[in-house]
Amino acid sequence: MGEVIVVTSGKGGVGKTTTSANLGTGLAALGQKVVLVDTDIGLRNLDVVMGLENRIVYDLIDVTSGNCKLKQSLIKDKRFANLYLLPAAQTKDKSAIDPEQMLKLCQELKKEFDYTIIDCPAGIEQGFRNAIAGADCAIVVTTPEVSAVRDADRIIGLLEAAELYNPKLIINRIKPVMVKRGDMMDISDILDILAIDLLGVVPDDESIVISTNKGEPAVMNKASKAGEAYRRMTDRIRGEEVPLMNLDIPDSFFEKFKKLIGMR
Amino acid sequence: MLEFISRMLGKENATSKNVAKERLRLVLVHDRASISPYMLNKLKEDLIKVISNYMEIDESTLEVNLSQDDKEVALVANIPVLKMKRDFANK
Ligand SMILES: Nc1ncnc2c1ncn2[C@@H]1O[C@H](COP(=O)(O)OP(=O)(O)OP(=O)(O)O)[C@@H](O)[C@H]1O
Ligand SMILES: [Mg+2]
Repeated sequence: MGEVIVVTSGKGGVGKTTTSANLGTGLAALGQKVVLVDTDIGLRNLDVVMGLENRIVYDLIDVTSGNCKLKQSLIKDKRFANLYLLPAAQTKDKSAIDPEQMLKLCQELKKEFDYTIIDCPAGIEQGFRNAIAGADCAIVVTTPEVSAVRDADRIIGLLEAAELYNPKLIINRIKPVMVKRGDMMDISDILDILAIDLLGVVPDDESIVISTNKGEPAVMNKASKAGEAYRRMTDRIRGEEVPLMNLDIPDSFFEKFKKLIGMR
Repeated sequence: MLEFISRMLGKENATSKNVAKERLRLVLVHDRASISPYMLNKLKEDLIKVISNYMEIDESTLEVNLSQDDKEVALVANIPVLKMKRDFANK
């Protein structure tokens, strides 16, 4: 039996889809059999981030409403034969799917795949409830901003209420220069507030934009810092102990001097 | 001049990160200060049980609620007492 992991955040635009694509691709690169499920009905994105938008025939709601077989709807990835995408419906109504159907679907997928990764829509409404219905565990993505952390806190509460305990946190879009200046909350600030386990930290990185432009997840790019962050996370998911990426900026001469005279 | 130097050298507390942390702390005190009707009922039942060991209270008009203002959250209970039990130990 495989594992169903839902990627959530509460606040929109913090990096759920980017995370799903990179963790899924990264796990596939490690030889795992993976399926990515896009549950953002009406705002389908994961196909584009994966570069698979031209191959879609059927979607999630075709499957749950019996228009096609599950196997027919799965799109094979370009790079890995053990990686698949189940795209969201773009034109159908959100209410065309309910939590019970999602649960059944996940139970099917678990039999086939080592990892089923569910890209959750923003918000706490029906789309969220659908996305978490069949999940065994949850990842909460946040950025180091007040509004995103606040929404993450709310999501953690809702996950707990749905009996999804011990979610793992990803802090995305950290800007080391701003952290150093004291203008951005750092990892320990956020962990202090949310009090959950950390899965990883991802720097704010242009290579994410570039890889999204190309439809090739950054995790495949050896030169990408964000890609390195995702590779470490997939290793952690596989049960390895990997240190956090060092995002600190070395002290300048002036800063060393400040520390020396005890100003910091 | 001194202020200028200390600004140059960087003061920790006024950073926007610390402002963010404090605002988050306050907003989460409020966000987290909700209790489900189920939990509130359990709490009421437990309160009644404990207090009844000491006095007779009016269960029908008993009120228990979370209340909040800008700075803090409090558990506020209004429990009408019908009769006190005799306090033997005090005699
Ligand atoms: N680490 C990063 N560095 C730079 N850009 C990033 C990073 N992570 C995400 N982005 C960018 O932020 C935007 C939003 O990311 P993404 O679509 O993954 O968020 P989302 O949480 O899925 O959004 P939605 O709530 O709309 O589904 C994208 O344009 C993405 O390229
Ligand atoms: Mg998304």
